[in-house]
Amino acid sequence: MSEYVIIGNGVASVGCIEGIRSSDKESGITVVSAENHFVYGRPLISYLLEGKTDIDHINYRPEDFYDQNNCKVLYGKKAVSIDKKSGKVVLDDGSALPFSSVCVAAGSCPFVPPFKGLEKVTNKFSFMTLDDANALGAAVTKESKVLIIGSGLIGLKCAEGIFEKVASITVCDLADRILPSIFDAECAGIMQKHLEKKGIKFILGNSASEFKENRAIMQDGSEIEFDVLVLAVGVRANVGLVKDLGGEVNRGIIVDEKMKTSIDDVYAAGDCTEGFDVSFGRKRVLALLPNAYMQGYTAGVNMAGGEKEQKDAIPMNSLGLFGLHAMTAGTYEGELYEEKGEDFIKRIFTKDNVLKGFIIIGKNERAGIYTSLIKNKVPLDTLDFEALRQGASTLIFSKEERKKIFGGLQ
Amino acid sequence: MKRVYVNEEWCLGCHLCEYNCAFACSGLKDMAEALKGKPIYPRIHIEGNESISYAVSCRHCTDPICVKSCISGAFSVKDGLVSIDQSKCVGCLTCVLVCPNGALALGETGVMQKCELCTKNECGTPACVTGCPNRAIVFEERGEQ
Ligand SMILES: Cc1cc2nc3c(=O)[nH]c(=O)nc-3n(C[C@H](O)[C@H](O)[C@H](O)COP(=O)(O)OP(=O)(O)OC[C@H]3O[C@@H](n4cnc5c(N)ncnc54)[C@H](O)[C@@H]3O)c2cc1C
Repeated sequence: MSEYVIIGNGVASVGCIEGIRSSDKESGITVVSAENHFVYGRPLISYLLEGKTDIDHINYRPEDFYDQNNCKVLYGKKAVSIDKKSGKVVLDDGSALPFSSVCVAAGSCPFVPPFKGLEKVTNKFSFMTLDDANALGAAVTKESKVLIIGSGLIGLKCAEGIFEKVASITVCDLADRILPSIFDAECAGIMQKHLEKKGIKFILGNSASEFKENRAIMQDGSEIEFDVLVLAVGVRANVGLVKDLGGEVNRGIIVDEKMKTSIDDVYAAGDCTEGFDVSFGRKRVLALLPNAYMQGYTAGVNMAGGEKEQKDAIPMNSLGLFGLHAMTAGTYEGELYEEKGEDFIKRIFTKDNVLKGFIIIGKNERAGIYTSLIKNKVPLDTLDFEALRQGASTLIFSKEERKKIFGGLQ
Repeated sequence: MKRVYVNEEWCLGCHLCEYNCAFACSGLKDMAEALKGKPIYPRIHIEGNESISYAVSCRHCTDPICVKSCISGAFSVKDGLVSIDQSKCVGCLTCVLVCPNGALALGETGVMQKCELCTKNECGTPACVTGCPNRAIVFEERGEQ
């Protein structure tokens, strides 16, 4: 019998449990959960504030999930170290859990730059957890003037979540465009315009340098008054547990295709890791929910003695904001093919006979066909390339390929 | 497991499967009431060009990436059938971003809907299959798990 410990209780953790249980139904699994909540879909916190879901529907798995999978969950407990010598995970209450293998699925935490005067701001929030969302939801009123620092995915999803509950929202970012990690300047401009039409104000290429209670002093000297502050500058992977062990870490915990860290019997999965991005050809943090699940599952299978490698990870985002939907995947290098229209842009990038990436805002039906071409590096000369440019459709495949897909031909 | 398979040589491109699907999943008894004079939201759709056409619906993949990618845990798979709990879906479209066959689309209410092989209605054999005039859509066991 083995004894598994999983640190963290997010989606990567669930993947790990399901990966372990795909073969090992017997051995004990203990999950250490710093958050005092049943596993929930983290991205749902903005939809929760918006009223598109509720507290009864945000659980990521059915209520009996842990019982069905014979797992023990320690809620409200934090792992403080992994002691390899004794083979135990040490918790913040001083107790220790023996393990034969452990998976670090600890996610990330908000990065807060050392702003002068921040400690004197009373109404300040991060937007990462259910507790954050509940606290923010309780603090805002119809009169609130909200300042969000950071125009990335988290900051903008937060803006959407609270929009109807507040008087005004201003988003500022040091970058000169919104969503800089997934958009180029033109695409960012389309989304920005859409958000401005809805009433969000943006201040770009400029950020707070100092806070004086309810005022942000911006780098260019201007001032913004607010009564609720949201800090969404960025996140940092929780690498500490593995770093302290002397394990290899960079921006995330370094893992191989089996989700092994550089330390024996220590695996890692999800937002806390740096895995291989096949579209980029290098390791990087891919802080995305599907990736967290698949990494977790891969870790679990290998922890239980099976063989599984994750070889098709790429960055990909499906991001709807106030009714305009963007999808992006892969890397934006190579030859560009583009189409544009009202509230619509499609950019696809090809290089060395494969699709490398795309950005589509609006009209993103069947975009998954593009995504799978990137992940699987499908040679473009085996496809109808003209059809591919026109739109994502199974028409791009050969008749034989379609027979496999729709005719079940093996 | 029995699945819906299509034969593009036989498809007439008549779109009847779309209507039969929308009706079967509407929960209504009267076809006119369910479909007449309004946009329909079928879970199967015809794709094609001048020379071919064929019906596209969920393949119930043996390793379904939609299930692994869903941000709200709304998808699940049981005995090979991939289904969705619409009460959990928030319409984020991550499943559309990952479905390699382009088989998923939003329903009328802005949440995802998908082919569940008519297991949640009283059709027995899926309605797209029963209603196909040229047997271009069949419901068979073809050795996929
Ligand atoms: C507002 C928001 C919107 C998002 N939207 C999307 C989206 O649309 N699509 C998408 O793909 N991704 C989205 N993401 C990212 C997505 O939520 C993450 O990629 C995913 O949740 C990562 O899962 P994880 O299990 O790796 O980490 P987490 O979900 O972060 O889980 C890690 C858990 O470990 C706990 N933990 C940390 N350290 C310890 C310790 N020492 N001991 C015990 N427990 C510990 C943490 O408290 C946390 O609960 C969004 C994120 C946010 C915040």
